[in-house]
Amino acid sequence: MRRKRSGLRTGGNGVLLRHAMRRYWFVFLLPMTAAFAVGFVWPFLQGIYLSFCSFTTTSNARFVGIENYFTAIGDKGFIYSFWFTALFAAVALVLINLLAFAVAYVLTQGIRGANLFRTVFFMPNLIGGIVLGYIWSILFDGVLRMYNTSILMETKYGFWGLIILQCWQQVGYMMIIYIAGLQAVPEDMLEAARMDGAGRWSTLIRVTIPNLMPAITICTFLTLTNSFKLFDQNLALTGGAPFVFEKGADGTLNTIRTTEMLALNIYNTFYGQGSISRGAAQAKAVLFFVLVAVISVLQLRTTRSREVQR
Amino acid sequence: MKKCLLSLTAALVVLTGLLSGCGGADTPSVYWMNFKPEADAALQQIARTYQQQTGVEVKVVTAAAGQYEATLTAEMDKSEPPTLFVVGNSAALDRWGEYCYDLRNTPVYNQLTTDDFTLYDEQGRACSIGYCYECFGIIVNKELLEQAGYQVVDIKDFASLKTIAEDIHARAEELGFDAFTSSGLDDSSSWRFTGHLANMPLFYESRDNGGWTQAPARIEGTYLDQFKNIWDLYISNSTADPRTLATPGYDAQAEFGREEAVFYQNGSWEYSNLVENYDMDPDDLAMIPIYCGAPGEEKIGLCCGTENCWAVNAMASQEDIQATLDFMNWMVTSEEGTEVMAEQFGQIPYKNAAPNNNVFFRDADTYMQNGNETVDWVFSYTPNVNQWRAALASALTQYCSGGPWEDVKRAFVDGWNV
Repeated sequence: MRRKRSGLRTGGNGVLLRHAMRRYWFVFLLPMTAAFAVGFVWPFLQGIYLSFCSFTTTSNARFVGIENYFTAIGDKGFIYSFWFTALFAAVALVLINLLAFAVAYVLTQGIRGANLFRTVFFMPNLIGGIVLGYIWSILFDGVLRMYNTSILMETKYGFWGLIILQCWQQVGYMMIIYIAGLQAVPEDMLEAARMDGAGRWSTLIRVTIPNLMPAITICTFLTLTNSFKLFDQNLALTGGAPFVFEKGADGTLNTIRTTEMLALNIYNTFYGQGSISRGAAQAKAVLFFVLVAVISVLQLRTTRSREVQR
Repeated sequence: MKKCLLSLTAALVVLTGLLSGCGGADTPSVYWMNFKPEADAALQQIARTYQQQTGVEVKVVTAAAGQYEATLTAEMDKSEPPTLFVVGNSAALDRWGEYCYDLRNTPVYNQLTTDDFTLYDEQGRACSIGYCYECFGIIVNKELLEQAGYQVVDIKDFASLKTIAEDIHARAEELGFDAFTSSGLDDSSSWRFTGHLANMPLFYESRDNGGWTQAPARIEGTYLDQFKNIWDLYISNSTADPRTLATPGYDAQAEFGREEAVFYQNGSWEYSNLVENYDMDPDDLAMIPIYCGAPGEEKIGLCCGTENCWAVNAMASQEDIQATLDFMNWMVTSEEGTEVMAEQFGQIPYKNAAPNNNVFFRDADTYMQNGNETVDWVFSYTPNVNQWRAALASALTQYCSGGPWEDVKRAFVDGWNV
């Protein structure tokens, strides 16, 4: 009798499958857990350990204690790249989300060719960052060359170049998420709003956007973390140029790459100098992880609290 | 439960199989982490030849251009790391020194004709040995120079070079070609200036100090005015607008190959490109020293040196080290090996070197025989070479659009910190 009931609920094969899954759940979990452990947990732990070491190759590291962290924090270029990245993330966050929402809103109004537009807007996402960076540098320089300059000449060109590139690539992706969100706004709510005499604008502000909060949460999370983690585009578009040179108190030179973001700074530190710098780069990477984690948790908390329960 | 254990074991076995890769090879083998993409095909071929002759497996892996350090770092961490790799300058020696097998008195070391290209560490261990050397200077199209009314012998120092270059530039329209090719400052070309041209002021400074044997803690930049002389000459006597030099798209090699300019600063490695790809007549090509206005420069020759230095991985097994040393020795003594070396790498500093027909090496020899001093590659002492060059390129870029020369000085002098 019992068997028959469960058979009705899940179909003939379901019983066997559920049975097996219950007994051998750990076997099913194993591949994913193993992949996660090998591909993420282990490198992560080793990365933390290496941030306390001096090394050329990771298998031959010498423990040196906390000094890498002092080197990392004492690096003016690192601090500069942090503020540059933060500014970039703030501007990108606002622009990408506004644009993506606007495009999504227009494309859910039943205009002709909406599907074609969706595809077109989404396509930049499918191109790799390095390729995009080089293509855009050719485009920007094609324009800037008329004014006898180049994207590598001024920090502001590099900054806005990165913003344009990032928007161009990310807007389509966020648009898809907003479209899904917009389509999930309950029709009866919208109808009720219309019956109550709400105009287009107040429907958008009071009904649509509150219902869209889960999409906004995920989109802000993605744009924020993507901006902080930006690397390929930065490397290919500006490579950090132009540089400024400041003489430090001890007579050594601080070279600040004025369009260098955090990830690129870490990369340049790692391959820049001798084995001392690899540990420092690793320490920067750990600090970078903590920073991105804290920012995204804070952001998730604030936007989550505004989500409405349906 | 039995079944569960069985499947668990099976899964683990599969997983361990995946993780451990193909498993360790027991026979000795050679793994060469090559640094020159253009030589890859020939090296793969020679590796096959060696394997056919001796049965010893030789694996050649080539890093993408500009990615040698990153690729080497990753490969060195693997269970079967490269046994033969490149340690070409003092910065690399700092990083990889402890991975270098002491090559003193090995058969291949004993085949060397000169000690000039061997990198020793502080304990006097021979960490890497040059497997070829190269020369750079200003490549001249003699045919065009003659059309403009001059001979190579007319160029004796910076003053004469300047007069001729400026005259050609002034008559560029009438002649149909300009003095210098573009001095592009994007990544594909900036190394010609931040690496090679910067060698001139570094060389003179090193010579004043009795010749460097290791990276000096700081430099003075005594000859930066001379560096400025030659840089200004390059950028103001070519068709390229100096303000656009950082934008990609300039191709100095093609400009020279298409006979659009008389002078092109580059090295002996350009020979086969110019002759094969652009059908240039070897007799029309010559290489002259880079004159920049330093005192006594009439008696200098071409800049000869190398960053192509073999190092053997000391962490490899004794059998693999031996196999690698045997392979290296074969490369510089056997007929097949020396031929490939001459063809791919030009002049090699070994007793049995095969002759090569590169005219630029002939010019280098002529200067040497006339008693001119060969300019060493002292740029190989640059301590933080990637950062130093990147900073210098950025400062030069700014200078070309009207920025201060002071920044170039800063990048050059203050950027040099050991």
